[in-house]
Amino acid sequence: MRTFGFPEFWFIVQAAQWTLALSAMAFVGGSILGLVVALSRTSESRAARLAATLFIQVFQGTPLLLQLFLIFFGAPVFGLDINPWVAAGAALVLNSAAFLGEIWRGCIEAIPRGQWEAAHALNLGYVDRMRFVVLPQAFKIALPPTVGYVVQIIKGTSLAAIIGFTEITRAGQIINNATFEPLRVFATVAALYFAICWPLSLMAARMERQRAKALTR
Amino acid sequence: MNYQFQFNTVFAAWPLLLKGTWITVQLSLTATVLGLLVAIACAWGKTSGPAWLRFVVNAYIEVIRNTPFLVQLFFFFFALPSLGLRWSPYTAALTAMVVNLGAYAAEIVRAGIESIPKGQIEAGRALNLRPTQIFRFIILKPALKAIYPALTSQFILLMLSSAVVSVISADDLTSVAANLQSQTFRSFEIYIVVAGIYLALAVSFSALFKLIYQRTLNYPDRR
Repeated sequence: MRTFGFPEFWFIVQAAQWTLALSAMAFVGGSILGLVVALSRTSESRAARLAATLFIQVFQGTPLLLQLFLIFFGAPVFGLDINPWVAAGAALVLNSAAFLGEIWRGCIEAIPRGQWEAAHALNLGYVDRMRFVVLPQAFKIALPPTVGYVVQIIKGTSLAAIIGFTEITRAGQIINNATFEPLRVFATVAALYFAICWPLSLMAARMERQRAKALTR
Repeated sequence: MNYQFQFNTVFAAWPLLLKGTWITVQLSLTATVLGLLVAIACAWGKTSGPAWLRFVVNAYIEVIRNTPFLVQLFFFFFALPSLGLRWSPYTAALTAMVVNLGAYAAEIVRAGIESIPKGQIEAGRALNLRPTQIFRFIILKPALKAIYPALTSQFILLMLSSAVVSVISADDLTSVAANLQSQTFRSFEIYIVVAGIYLALAVSFSALFKLIYQRTLNYPDRR
């Protein structure tokens, strides 16, 4: 039987690159789709608003784990070849899009009505109004909660371990099965997540405080 | 696409699914009540405890909030028994959920307590209210009202993330689904039905919480 030494520790540390890669993929994909969701949710078209509301309700109202299972086990049913990478990425992108879309909707709605009207009075079309007036201001409000949500995405990638994607948690399970030292193994796994997430949480909290200070000035 | 959907195997197992649903609801409700007690203790420790206690409470909150629930669950189910603790998957799952919710709710409860202006408590004293009356009518009710929306959405998040406890077979709804899946190989049909059950639970609990709010806490505010 193996003991928990440096090579075992290093195996788990190296798996962090896959956690980070999966998180980056989920954040980039989720941001693009999330922006579409936020814009649809605040749009003037009833159909777009309804579709976005439905999307958010379904993806916020069901467990991320089941979304992952549905994509992983459902894709072969529809004749698609799928691996854990694609399944985990797709589930995390859809889930993050729903949450980021809802966060950003609030930020867009926080921009005072007068700004929209001023843009209208300047004869700006929808694209220019969003691009030059609303979104730059909404971006500033959105930054702290978005950084906070990245922490949720990173923690969410641990579920990919359940369908066999080797990131930090799965690497921990593999090492635990070989060494039977769960205490050390899972303490290492938890410490790694903490080392990645805590600085981001602190940053989000600091940005939030700075924004609150800027508002009271 | 030449796959034949067969939902009858799923619906034939409805007593099992119903039992799993009940266990998921039961786990979430118990964890919320116990987690809230942990949260109140932590909020007290963080606002009015000695320095060392504040440090311990802060460390607990930060560690739990910055590590995945799945890893916490593995820690309770695999790591603690290696120190000699023996417990069932259900107890391990419940403990992990209580510890997890306690950390998230601690911040919510603290914000609620801090939202009560000191002047209101002093006004209560000036009106000659007894300390228990002050706590009940001036601190507890407005604090509860302030944290109610955040707390109820935390409950729904907890119920959805409790699907993860199926990896240690804690008999919850997703565990039932995983068992059915390995017996019938109808993965897609089973998981879509179970996802539908979770969605129905989330929608009905959020409607129920709104109704409770309107019946009990919907009184005019100073603000």
